Amino acid sequence: MSMDAKRRQTLAEELYRALRDAAPVDPISERHPEMGIDDAYDISGRFLQLRMDNDGERVIGRKIGITAKAVQRMLDVDQPDYGWLTDAMWVPHGAAITIAGTMIAPRVEGEIAFVLADDLAGPGVSEADVLAATDFVAPCFEIVDSRIRDWKIRITDTIADNASCGMFMIGPRAVSPFDLDLSTCGMVFELNGEITATGAGAAALGASPLTTVAWLANAFGARGESLKAGEVILSGSLVPLQPVKVGDVARIHVGGLGDLSIRFA
Amino acid sequence: MSTLDADTVDRLAAHLEEAELKAREVEKITDEYPDLDFEDAYAIQWAIRRRKERAGHRVAGLKMGLTSWAKMAQMGVEQPIYAHLFDYFAVNEGAPLRTDELIHPKVEAEIGVVLSRDLSGPGCTIAEVMAAVDVVLPCVEVIDSRYRDFRFDLVSVIADNASSARFVTGGVGRSPDGLDLKGLGVVLEKNGQVVATGAGAAVLGHPLSSVAMLADMLAERGETIPAGTFVMTGGITAAIAAQKGDHFTVRYQDLGGISLRFA
Repeated sequence: MSMDAKRRQTLAEELYRALRDAAPVDPISERHPEMGIDDAYDISGRFLQLRMDNDGERVIGRKIGITAKAVQRMLDVDQPDYGWLTDAMWVPHGAAITIAGTMIAPRVEGEIAFVLADDLAGPGVSEADVLAATDFVAPCFEIVDSRIRDWKIRITDTIADNASCGMFMIGPRAVSPFDLDLSTCGMVFELNGEITATGAGAAALGASPLTTVAWLANAFGARGESLKAGEVILSGSLVPLQPVKVGDVARIHVGGLGDLSIRFA
Repeated sequence: MSTLDADTVDRLAAHLEEAELKAREVEKITDEYPDLDFEDAYAIQWAIRRRKERAGHRVAGLKMGLTSWAKMAQMGVEQPIYAHLFDYFAVNEGAPLRTDELIHPKVEAEIGVVLSRDLSGPGCTIAEVMAAVDVVLPCVEVIDSRYRDFRFDLVSVIADNASSARFVTGGVGRSPDGLDLKGLGVVLEKNGQVVATGAGAAVLGHPLSSVAMLADMLAERGETIPAGTFVMTGGITAAIAAQKGDHFTVRYQDLGGISLRFA
């Protein structure tokens, strides 16, 4: 790592305040160009620790970001990133999200969520291992938000900022991954009744959401950690991010997985 | 309101058909006829159809284009467009697609249907289409505008038979019963890499609404869609440029896939 621990802690506290106050900070990568990927993940871990220590949040899963080739090119990276899901980030099905005071510049993603039946320990985890370890998949929304002003992010900014994760909602229909071709399964995204994008599972790394979950297991495996049974894994957006404002209703329809909608208040 | 006399319609039809047959690009016809309207454009397209039929070709199906509400809004129109597929446009899966017969081909993944009974407008509904569809199947359209650099306006493209050039059908044919055509996912791969993904709803919200709109548009000319007609409902993915040596695979949720190669 190229930043000292004190600086990393200060930046984690800055992001934590930005989250709690819904007030963005200037891009960290501009102020600290020395910040590397390792530093950024360390800051993300400290940011999470503050949420657990100060507010009693607990980890219930993980998210994978930057899974679209186009977004990877935009951020000049060749792999995804990850962040943490806590119980406080979970939005019950049917609830509205109040933007004022809780979010800065929210954007919605349509994804497929995995709930694991077994631990997944990399390295060497394949798509087949992910299939075997998955309890069920369900349609889900991830509402991303950047604590960095105007989403002016480089890869290290978003990693430090918990992969820009905000909140998530899981759909009511659970399906065994054995009953679905996750590579061709279609995703229709509607905003206020208008179709804004469609995609399919292969938008995830040009392969499948199974591939992104395998990547996550192997990324944690490289540091001796594993994905845990019961965790929720958000496998990455299958459509471009959609900015939302108060009054918007977003809806996804996923082939074989049904529908889910979310309202912003 | 037509702006062209019959001789001009025939001359423009011959001009565009020749560009197609010789794989030679031409300037868009509105350069010469800036007042050309939709009625003129379809008159030219139907004149091309008559020329093909006189030459012994058969209409192998119909296709829809501009089948996205967002694109229609951009173009300031409230209807998609349709065009004709002729027998020699059909390429069997596995057979090489002759690139030298085309100008600047592009590939689109679509959903096709074959009707078991006539459909007529106006007021044709998805319900009627669902009841009339015998088979839903994957199809790939190869479009090839005869206009230089794909530069055209809507009336020019209608006259040019909506850039129709080749098509491939294949994969798994299914009854529409129980098939989620809105959520049906499609993955387009070029030379082994995913280049586009989409789902059926990209076509006018539901691929069968495209067929209903086709019936309504044909009704304006007193025509129907006869039983047995094959209809390509419109591009689900963006059109991807193809060159000699490229191969494409399209994979469909629940409908198998299609491969094609440009030789």
